[in-house]
Amino acid sequence: MLAVVSLTALGIALGTLLGVAARYLAVEENPLEAELQALLPGSQCGQCGFVGCAQAAAALARGEASPTLCPPGGRAVTEAIAAKLGIRIDLSAVRDDGPLLAVVAEEICTGCCRCSKVCPTDAIIGAAKQIHNIIREACTGCGACLERCPTEAIGLMPMPVTLPHWIWPKPAVA
Amino acid sequence: MGLIERLFREPRWGVHPDDHKRPAADAPLRVLPRPARVHLPLQQHVGGAARPVVLVGQKVLKGQLLAQSQGNISAPIHAPVSGTVTAIGEVTAPHPSGLGLAAITVEADGADRWIETDPVADPFALAPEEIARRTAAAGVVGLGGATFPAAVKFALGRRLSVRTLIVNGGECEPYLSSDDRIMRDCPAQVVDGARIIMHAIGAESALVGIEDNKPEAIAAMTRAAATYPEVKIRPVPARYPMGSDKQLIETLTGKEVPADARAAEVGVLVHNVSTCAAVHRAIRLGQPLVERIVTVNGGAVTRPGNVLAPLGCLVDDLLACCGVKEKPARLLFGGPMMGTLLPHGRVPLVKGASGVLAFTAAETAVPATGPCIRCGSCTRACPMGLLPLEMAAHIRAGDLDGAVGYSLSDCISCGCCAYVCPSHIPLVQYFSHAKGELAARERARLRTEAGRRLAEARLARLERDAKEKAELAARRQAERAAARARAGAAKPAEQTT
Amino acid sequence: MMPGSSERPVAAPYAATANSVRRVMTWVMAALTPATLFGFWLYGWPAVYLWIVTVAAATLGEGFCLRLMRRDAGPTLGDGSAVLTGWLLAVSLPPWAPWWIGAFGGLFSVIVGKQVFGGLGQNLFNPAMVGRVALLISFPVQMTAWVAPLPMFSVSAPGPLTGLMITFHGMQPAFDAVASASLLGFAKTEMARGIDLAQSLLHAPVPSWYGSRPGSLGETASWLIVAGGAAMICLRIISWHIPLAMLLGIAVPAALLHAVDPACYLDAGTHLLSGGAMLGAFFIATDYVTSPNTPRGQLVFGAGCGLLSYVIRTWAGYPEGVAFAVLLMNSLTPVIDSYCRPRIYGRDRRGAALEPEK
Ligand code: SF4
Ligand code: SF4
Repeated sequence: MLAVVSLTALGIALGTLLGVAARYLAVEENPLEAELQALLPGSQCGQCGFVGCAQAAAALARGEASPTLCPPGGRAVTEAIAAKLGIRIDLSAVRDDGPLLAVVAEEICTGCCRCSKVCPTDAIIGAAKQIHNIIREACTGCGACLERCPTEAIGLMPMPVTLPHWIWPKPAVA
Repeated sequence: MGLIERLFREPRWGVHPDDHKRPAADAPLRVLPRPARVHLPLQQHVGGAARPVVLVGQKVLKGQLLAQSQGNISAPIHAPVSGTVTAIGEVTAPHPSGLGLAAITVEADGADRWIETDPVADPFALAPEEIARRTAAAGVVGLGGATFPAAVKFALGRRLSVRTLIVNGGECEPYLSSDDRIMRDCPAQVVDGARIIMHAIGAESALVGIEDNKPEAIAAMTRAAATYPEVKIRPVPARYPMGSDKQLIETLTGKEVPADARAAEVGVLVHNVSTCAAVHRAIRLGQPLVERIVTVNGGAVTRPGNVLAPLGCLVDDLLACCGVKEKPARLLFGGPMMGTLLPHGRVPLVKGASGVLAFTAAETAVPATGPCIRCGSCTRACPMGLLPLEMAAHIRAGDLDGAVGYSLSDCISCGCCAYVCPSHIPLVQYFSHAKGELAARERARLRTEAGRRLAEARLARLERDAKEKAELAARRQAERAAARARAGAAKPAEQTT
Repeated sequence: MMPGSSERPVAAPYAATANSVRRVMTWVMAALTPATLFGFWLYGWPAVYLWIVTVAAATLGEGFCLRLMRRDAGPTLGDGSAVLTGWLLAVSLPPWAPWWIGAFGGLFSVIVGKQVFGGLGQNLFNPAMVGRVALLISFPVQMTAWVAPLPMFSVSAPGPLTGLMITFHGMQPAFDAVASASLLGFAKTEMARGIDLAQSLLHAPVPSWYGSRPGSLGETASWLIVAGGAAMICLRIISWHIPLAMLLGIAVPAALLHAVDPACYLDAGTHLLSGGAMLGAFFIATDYVTSPNTPRGQLVFGAGCGLLSYVIRTWAGYPEGVAFAVLLMNSLTPVIDSYCRPRIYGRDRRGAALEPEK
C-alpha cells in the first residue's frame, strides 16, 4: 500500500516538476521576438518553412526572414510585421487571396481521424468512421490537415464573400 | 437667441445640388397594384437577421409574423400580403455586389386579409416600455435609410433621459419626395407618431425640421401641429446633407454630437417623419410595418411620383407601375448622393428604401477622372470638416493608416466632396474601399487572435494529456509493483502454511 | 449592358457638379483677359508676339512631356492649365523682351516647374513663377529692360512688322529712347545712389491714373487685375483669403515704415500698385495646387507672401520680390497645410472628441 502511495506521489511530483520546468527553464526570449510572435497566427502550421511560429519569429528578429513569410497571415500580418521591424514593403506584391478555409469532401472522407489530430486549432470535429467536418470560425486555413488525409478529401477554398464582407473595389487610377 | 440666428445663417458646409424633386413630389400618391408575390429579405435592418417562424407551404395573413427578431438589435418581418409561403431561400440583395440574401417568398392569394390586430385607443395611457415593445414587435425601423430598429432607440433615449425629439423632415437628397408626400398627405399621423415617441422616451418637446424647399409640407405640418404646442415645426435651409442627423441636430439646437458618441448623449434623439407615421400605425392601429411610400423618379421614368407599395415587391413592379421611357442604365435605391446601386430590377423593396431611381444612359454619363488640383472644394463642402483630398491621396498610395490619421472614421459618406470635385475623383469610393479594407483587416486580426487562442488551448490540452498519461502510467506501475509485493508477501506465507 | 452588371460598380454619389478643371482654368483666363488686352494696347505689337510665343512654348512643353510619358495628351492639354501657366508667365515679363525669353521661360515653367514633379496637381512650386525666377537669374539684363508705354496705333509705336523685328531680332536701336525703369527699380537705384525718395520721386517715371507706366503687362493695369480678381471671388473660383492677406501683408508694413521715415520707404499705395503685387495676390498666389486648402492656412500663406514681398523689395538686392516670396511660401505650403487643418465636427482643434453638452 505504501508503495502505491509513494509511487503515485513520485509520479505527481515528477509531472509537476516537468510542468514547472517547462515554464521556468524556458529559453529567455528576446522581447522583439515575443512581440513578433504575438503578431503571427500561432497555429504552428509550418508553411513558412520553420517548425513553428516561435522559430519564425526568431528568424524574423534576426533579420533572416522576410516579413512576407507567413502565407496564412496574408497581407495584414505582413504589414504588421513590417511595421514592427520598421521595414517598408510593397504590399501589392504579397499574394493575398483572402482568408482560406479547409473543406472536407464528404463523399471521400473515411473517418480515419488523422486530420483532427494535426489541426493546430482543433477546428476539425468527427469521430472514427464518421464524416469529419470543419468549424469555419476556428479554421485558420493553414492546410496542415491537407497532407494528412489519406484519401485527399480535404481542400482549401477561399472564404466565401458575404454581404457584410464585401468591399468596394479601389477606384482605378486614371 | 442663438437658435434663430443659427436657423437663418447659411451653414458653412454642404452642397446645393439640383433637387429634381418636382414634378414627382406634386403627383398624388398612387397605390401599387398588388404584386403576385413578394420577397422579404430577413435582413432589412441594422443588426441581426430575423429568424423565420413560418414553413414553406404555410398559409399566412397580411401582417402575420414571418420572421422574428434575433438578438438585442434586430427587427421582425411581417407578411405584406395574405397568401402562401412558397420559398425560404436566396434572392438578389439590393446591393451593388449582387450577392444573395436569405428571404421569404409569399405568393399573394389576392384577398389581402389582415390578421387580427390590437389597436390602442389611448397610447398615452400605456407605459413607455409597452410602447417600445409594441413598436419592436411591429418591426418598425428607421425609414429614412438608416434602418436602425426604432424601439432600440427608444430605450436608449429613455436611459439617457433625452429631452428633445427631433423629427427629421429634411429629405435633402435630390429626387426623393416620399417624406414630403407623407407630411403633405398624413401630417396628423406624423404628428401623432411624434407625440407617441415623445411619450415613449420621455421627451418634453419635438422639433420638426423641414427643408424650406417643401412649403406645402411645412404648411400641412404646421396645421396638424397647431393644437400641440410641444410639437414645433422648424423650417431649415435646403442644403445637402441637412437630413443627416448630426447636421440637423446642429442646425436645430446648436449642439454638436461629439465624435464617437450618440446623439442621445447630447439630449436629443432623431426620428424620420416616415418612422413617426409607422409608429403611429403600429400603436394606434396595431399594424406592423408592411408597406411604405417610395418615390419612383429619374429620367427613365414616364410618370414619376410616389407609390404606396408593399415591402418585398420588385423594383421592376414599381417601374412598371410608373412606366419607363427607355431601359434604365442605372437603378438606385435611395437618392443619388448616398443611394445604393442595384444590380438589376429584380430586387425586392426593403424597409429602408425611400426611393427607386432609374437613370438614362445620358444621365449616368460621367466625366473622366482627372488629377487632383488641390482646389480645396472638397474641404469646403465636407460637412464634417475633413480633408477628403488628403485622405484620398493616402488611400490611393495604399496608406490606409495615413487616411485614418486624417479621421477617416468621421466620414459619413455623404458624398459632398465627390459631388463638388472639379476633377470628378470618386472620393467616396476611395473612402468606402478603405473602410471596407480596414474592417476586413480588423476581422483578420480577430480571427488570427482567435486562432492563436485555440492553438494555445490545444497545446495546453496536449500538455495536460501527456501529464495525465504520465501520471496514469506511474500509478499503474505502482499498482503493479504493489501487487507484486503483495504476491511476494503472500508466497512466503503460503510456504509457511 | 444591364445596370450595374459591369465588373467594377461605381460608388455614390451619382450626381456631379458642372464644374471642371477646364471650366476653372477658362474662368481664370477670362478674368485675366481685360488686363492682358490693356497691356497689349499699351505696349504694342511686341507684347502680343511675346505673349504668343510664351503661351505656345508652354503648351508645346506640356504636349512634349505627355508624349514622352506616353500619356494621352488630349485631355490634359484640353484642361488649359499649360496655357494659363504660359499666360501668367507672359504677363510678368518685360513686354519687349526678345522671343527666346518667352520660349525658354514657357518651356522651363511647364517642364521643370510642373511635369518633372509629376504633372498637374503634383508640383510644389508655382510653375509660372519658377519660370520667371529662372529667367531673372539667368538673364537679368533682358528681364529688367522695361520700356515706357507706347500705346498701339500711336505715332511712335512700332507697327506689326517693326514689332516682329523687336521681338524676334533683338531690340531696335531706334527705340532705345523708350527704355525705362519700373518705379520700384528706379526707387531702388536712386536709393543706392544715396538720393532719398523725397528727391528722386520728383523725376520718377510718373504712373498715370489708368495704369500707364513702365512695367510688365500684368503690372500696369492694376485696376483691371483687381476687377478680374473680384470677379473670380464672386464666382467662387478663388476665395478672398489669400488676396486680402497678401495685400495686407504688403500694405501694413509699407504704411508703418512710410509713416516712420517717408524719405526711405515708399508708401503703401505705391507698393500695392507696383510690380506684381496685384497680379501676385489675385492670380499667382491663389494657384490651387501650390497654396493651402483651408481658409486659415490661406490667410497665413497670403500674409507670408505679402510680408516676404515687402521685405525683398525693401531690403534685398532685387527691386521686385513677389515671385521669390510666392516660391518661398510655396515651399511652406505642406507645413501650413498640416498645421491649419479644419476643425472636425464633434472634435476639438486637436482632434480629441468633444465633451457632450447636455
Ligand atoms: S469626406 Fe466624407 S463626410 Fe466629408 S464630404 Fe466627403 S463623404 Fe462627406
Ligand atoms: S475637390 Fe477634387 S480636385 Fe479639388 S482638392 Fe478635392 S479632390 Fe482635389
